[in-house]
Amino acid sequence: MTGAVPRLAEIAVGDDIGTRRIEVDRARLVRYAGASGDFNPIHWNERVAVQVGLPGVIAHGMFTMGAVIGLVGDWAGDPGAVVDYQTRFARPVVVPDPGSAFIEVSGAVGSVDAESGTVRVDLVVTSGGSRVLAKCQAVVRLL
Amino acid sequence: MPVNSAYAGREYPPGPVYEVAREKLDEFADAVGADHPLHRDADAARAAGYPDVIAPPTFAVVIAQRAEEQYVGDPDAGVDFSRVVHAEERFSHHRPIHAGDRLVTVLHVDAIVERGGLSMVTTRAEITTEDGSAVARVVSTLAVRGSDPEVGA
Repeated sequence: MTGAVPRLAEIAVGDDIGTRRIEVDRARLVRYAGASGDFNPIHWNERVAVQVGLPGVIAHGMFTMGAVIGLVGDWAGDPGAVVDYQTRFARPVVVPDPGSAFIEVSGAVGSVDAESGTVRVDLVVTSGGSRVLAKCQAVVRLL
Repeated sequence: MPVNSAYAGREYPPGPVYEVAREKLDEFADAVGADHPLHRDADAARAAGYPDVIAPPTFAVVIAQRAEEQYVGDPDAGVDFSRVVHAEERFSHHRPIHAGDRLVTVLHVDAIVERGGLSMVTTRAEITTEDGSAVARVVSTLAVRGSDPEVGA
């Protein structure tokens, strides 16, 4: 929680909401598996991941989606202000062992709807220079 | 076995009540790295106008997944999880989920579409309170690869 809470009247299309870099290692994926209940072995077992044709263990798409939205909630000053949030999963995030993968997220205001009191934030989410989430958009209610 | 297109249009009645615990929200927030105080500090949440600590925006997937299990866990549905890739996800919140919520979910199989050797399966979980007021909608699309008979897996 940093900075002032953005006011709808002061928001313009193109406004930058900031960036964040998220580190992902295997332990992080195991933690997400446990917390979410998604125990698909492709997210923690290299042997199974390779068997089904993946380059290695990959992050849950829902981990990436869940991790990057923190940038928007913190910007809005209230994660509960995110009223709609969608994405397409474009490319998997391969998580090495040993080591980590990194997810980079940046966001900008894509549209402002004064009537409904919301703004759409468009997120660019990459890992290793490739886009991993596509059409990643959050609608945020602001006062 | 391919995805059974006869399941399109199915609706599954609400399962057992999901009671949202503070500890579960804490665990989930920790897993996605959500460190906003509204996920953990009940006084801060009340000061912000919520009844209790609130869930991160994608927490609803935990509840939706339980409902989806009725469908994807049915062998006759033909959704083989070793061939599944998550394609799209969307959350629409009428209000944030908060600790103490008692929620039920009605699952709909909205569409099963064949596209370039993939079956695109779209489900919609309508999450409401026990007495039926809308809380969240989770729409999820899975891409299921066709079976490769030569592999024999």
